[in-house]
Amino acid sequence: MTATIEPEVGKARLRKEDERLITGRTRWTDNLTVPGLLHLAFLRSPSAHAKILAIDVAAAVRLPGVIAVITGRDIAQAQGSLPCAWPITPDMKAPPAPSLAVDQVNFAGEAVAVVVARSAVEAHDALEAIDVDYEDLPVVLDMEAAVADGADLVHPDLGTNKSALWVFDSAEAGTGGDVETAIAEAEVRIERTYRQQRLIPAFMEPRSVLVDPTGPQITMWSSTQVPHILRLMLALTTGTPEHKIRVIAPDVGGGFGGKLQVTPEEVVAMVVAQRLGKPVKWTESRSESLVSAHHGRDQIQKLTLTAKRDGTVTGLKVELLADMGAYLRLVTPGVPILGAFMFNSIYKFPAYRFACTNVFTTKTPTDAYRGAGRPEATFAIERLMDELAAELGRDPIEVREQNWIRNDEFPFTTVCGLEYDTGNYEAATARAKELFDYDGLRAEQRERRERGDSVQLGIGVSTFTEMCGLAPSRVLGSLSYGAGGWEHAAVRMLPSGKVEVVTGSSAHGQGHETAWSQIVADQLGVPFEDVEVLHGDTQVSQKGLDTYGSRSLTVGAMAVLKAGEKVIAKARVIAAHLLECAEDDLEFAGGKFTVKGTEKATGLTDIALAVFAAHDLPDGVEPSLDSEATYDPENFSFPHGTHLCAVDVDTETGFVKIRKYVCVDDIGTVVNPIIVEGQVHGGLAQGLAQALYEEAVHDESGTLTTGTLADYLVPSAVDLPHFDTDRTETPSTTNQLGVKGVGEAGTIASTPAVVNAVVDAVRHFGVRDIQMPCTPQRVWTAINGGPTDAGGLGNEAGGGLGSIDASGGAL
Amino acid sequence: MIPSAFDYTAPSTVDEAVRALADAGEDAKVIAGGQSLIPVLRMRLAAPTKLIDLGRIGELRGIREDGDTLVIGAMTTHHDVQRDPQVAEHALLLKVATDTVADPQVRHRGTLGGAVAHADPAGDLLAPVLALDAELVLHGLDGRRTVAARDFFVDYFTTALRPDELLVEVRVPRHTGWSAHYEKFSRVAQAWSIVAVAATVRAEGGTIAEARVALTNMSSVPVRAHAVEQALVGQPATAEAIKAAAQHAAEGTSPSTDSNADTAYRQHLARVLTSRALTAAVGA
Ligand SMILES: Cc1cc2nc3c(=O)[nH]c(=O)nc-3n(C[C@H](O)[C@H](O)[C@H](O)COP(=O)(O)OP(=O)(O)OC[C@H]3O[C@@H](n4cnc5c(N)ncnc54)[C@H](O)[C@@H]3O)c2cc1C
Repeated sequence: MTATIEPEVGKARLRKEDERLITGRTRWTDNLTVPGLLHLAFLRSPSAHAKILAIDVAAAVRLPGVIAVITGRDIAQAQGSLPCAWPITPDMKAPPAPSLAVDQVNFAGEAVAVVVARSAVEAHDALEAIDVDYEDLPVVLDMEAAVADGADLVHPDLGTNKSALWVFDSAEAGTGGDVETAIAEAEVRIERTYRQQRLIPAFMEPRSVLVDPTGPQITMWSSTQVPHILRLMLALTTGTPEHKIRVIAPDVGGGFGGKLQVTPEEVVAMVVAQRLGKPVKWTESRSESLVSAHHGRDQIQKLTLTAKRDGTVTGLKVELLADMGAYLRLVTPGVPILGAFMFNSIYKFPAYRFACTNVFTTKTPTDAYRGAGRPEATFAIERLMDELAAELGRDPIEVREQNWIRNDEFPFTTVCGLEYDTGNYEAATARAKELFDYDGLRAEQRERRERGDSVQLGIGVSTFTEMCGLAPSRVLGSLSYGAGGWEHAAVRMLPSGKVEVVTGSSAHGQGHETAWSQIVADQLGVPFEDVEVLHGDTQVSQKGLDTYGSRSLTVGAMAVLKAGEKVIAKARVIAAHLLECAEDDLEFAGGKFTVKGTEKATGLTDIALAVFAAHDLPDGVEPSLDSEATYDPENFSFPHGTHLCAVDVDTETGFVKIRKYVCVDDIGTVVNPIIVEGQVHGGLAQGLAQALYEEAVHDESGTLTTGTLADYLVPSAVDLPHFDTDRTETPSTTNQLGVKGVGEAGTIASTPAVVNAVVDAVRHFGVRDIQMPCTPQRVWTAINGGPTDAGGLGNEAGGGLGSIDASGGAL
Repeated sequence: MIPSAFDYTAPSTVDEAVRALADAGEDAKVIAGGQSLIPVLRMRLAAPTKLIDLGRIGELRGIREDGDTLVIGAMTTHHDVQRDPQVAEHALLLKVATDTVADPQVRHRGTLGGAVAHADPAGDLLAPVLALDAELVLHGLDGRRTVAARDFFVDYFTTALRPDELLVEVRVPRHTGWSAHYEKFSRVAQAWSIVAVAATVRAEGGTIAEARVALTNMSSVPVRAHAVEQALVGQPATAEAIKAAAQHAAEGTSPSTDSNADTAYRQHLARVLTSRALTAAVGA
């Protein structure tokens, strides 16, 4: 029988996991319970910077249902110091990071005590009965002030607010020229300072953790992206032996980097459960999440781009201040460094220098947020390319094309020393222009500008690339990262012919179960439905490095593929034995070994059963097809694309409405177009949100004033435009699947496309920058000749719940 | 978050509710749709010891005509206000403003009485109530009294309601045949107004005979733009005439500054949005 089976890879399969995720017929951490479960509630500091003089828990302990009230002092030893896995420089300054503050609080929202009670209600009630005596210290909120001489210090013991200075210089590295020479000789110089506002990941499922210390191992269920990393870090932080810890990430409702963390709450839950010998659970509220889960972005970018009059770029100098917040969490210091190699993007800069100063402030710690370092870099360069075009009076796409790596120049080694394997910027751009009707919209723009229309049209361009698929272990090593970048997988053949795939990737909404099933179905020739993907439990998936950095497909699925290859190799030996032929005479396709040139064949599922029985195996062959593989990628993957955005700017109010958004992404081979579409849409929404809506704002005392979702404006579907998406497909040459990452692409690409469009719409009023988010007030103020950051820091949040808060609860 | 503990009662008549309110003293709160109160309780910005649920009081729900007045029970949901043909006919402004409130889920629970009693200056239903010269009927231990909307709103989240009083009815004089528009300006669709303008107009031929304009979030209470109303009377219903009149919109206001808007920008918005609201209302 030679029926051709339609390949699974490339099919728009509905996701296996959607029914249970959408209907909620699954288990999230907060749904779980175990006998004798106790509940935790955290008391958080209202002050951004203060000494803790005393904590009086006497009244709280006496309340009904309260089992214990524990302060930082009580567990100062046991809780250890929260891990930072990325010491970016040998002399990096890192303060101790207690899970419960011991002597001093360094951001508003930091936990100072935890109540353990029989019910969550009783735990929360008891919080109000705890009396903390704080002595306020000066707050440190502004990064520029923080690095000035004589600044108030977040951590006086460190003697400075500068955590580290990290530099890449192409002249020093031998990968390019000297940027100061380029600046000295520049015919055109574009100098700008951009601000990457602070964002909050705002995943849908709040963080939740349950620890049961009563079994043979201590088991932690957590709404985390990183069960494997968490297990190791819990062991290192608390001293509990690693083999005595089991971590389970059940279904997890989103993370976006926000759950790539070892949280204070996880450590405290573990320590408290061990101390009491009882299971405990904690689930945060939304407002608790906004103030205490790590934030993202927050950089001041001082940029100099140089070029010749003819538009050829000659140099790029980047000086960053990156806000760490009050502590260095898991990968906090490395986030801006992930952007270091991306400012040059797709352009052939001959000289480049990047210098990043990591700064402590008395704010919630920052860490990974979708794109982590790369959106910041992409924003800077894509804004600068538009500014260069404006300076030269040229079309922004034309100036980009003049400078980008041509399709026939791949593989291309950049000024940072990275080798981009493939890319076709010409094809993606041509398709995007066509879908967008670029020339038509430019004509309309001219017409409306001449007519003085009160609603002005702006067009923004972003021809992005990014590096993802974190990451070749040796590269991570060269960046002083504390771990490798491999991924692990196992493929198990069950006697009935079904397949279990164990992956070290830890899906939290991405659809790994579906995509991995498609890949394995093709590889082993089994039906899609016959593949079960297991993940997220360190006792099932015993080895892994989890999901972040758009690495699951390029690294995690590659490990699956490698494990599958071993299964086939093992089966081949047995097939040859059963079919009485040489191994070389066998062909494997569609799940069958066939003796070349004959009809003689046996299926993989038959072999699985034969192996189970083990009655007739060749000598010395173990009765198992099951195989494992650990895959270390040889390079990053470099997805790219062209995003075009048209906005209508109401010049009377400053309101920005996205009229058209076109993106043509090149993410290599596509395993499942529906999953890709979902990743792109979600990514675009978050990127647009940075451009127009979201900002974590603190008042002058360091209090987060955008502490509810009524004030921290996450856009909903109604606020987003229709997305016209398409793809070009230039397979990656550094992995067998030909895939590149897509998880962060939309977020990385879209922010500058939108802001470029907004500035483009009002450039004729003399505007050349508007700070993000481009709120109506900021846009209107800029049009009218005012500052670009109207309404900025220190103001109270707007109406609704915020106004209730601001008026002290007038009810 | 989890609210503080409270007692709960759900009376079935207004009299019972008023008595329960008086008995419980200062720390009691009535709960209508809960769409403003529940968030406040969950954030522990308020910790009433007793909640008196008005949800079972049938007499507080529904819309009827009483001579020249439309009477809307305090517990009538936003959804019911939106769908009611009498409201559309006689108080179109209230309907179009209600259309802009939140989302269907909130509109099925939230009530007109709750919104008015809550008196959030950014709430969208205060300005229409003021523009339509509505009267609020309050019921306390001493019986009923009626307060004009212009006297009802006192300050941020503060009204003429006494601690023992319930808002029972919103009485809206019929504005039959008046066109209307509510121009809401917010950063995302489901957010509170930065500024909004409620406008309703009676035109005769091509001329504006009467106009009512009120502003949301331009003060601690909703404000009437009387200068605009006066400037419009007898004017042609054209965009130019409206634009000229709308220049008076911010007169006498001193709106507050927050992260979405400072005073000058709010005043500017009031003028632009007033012009747009009126233009849309008259279809110019
Ligand atoms: C997500 C969300 C979005 C929203 N968006 C908007 C919006 O865009 N525009 C807008 O205008 N509103 C908005 N709201 C608020 C909504 O309109 C509420 O319905 C309204 O503010 C309160 O009505 P309620 O019936 O829910 O009152 P409740 O929340 O039950 O009560 C509010 C207050 O009024 C008091 N109260 C209620 N009824 C009476 C009465 N009969 N007599 C005396 N006191 C009473 C209560 O004690 C309480 O203090 C939103 C709410 C939510 C949750």
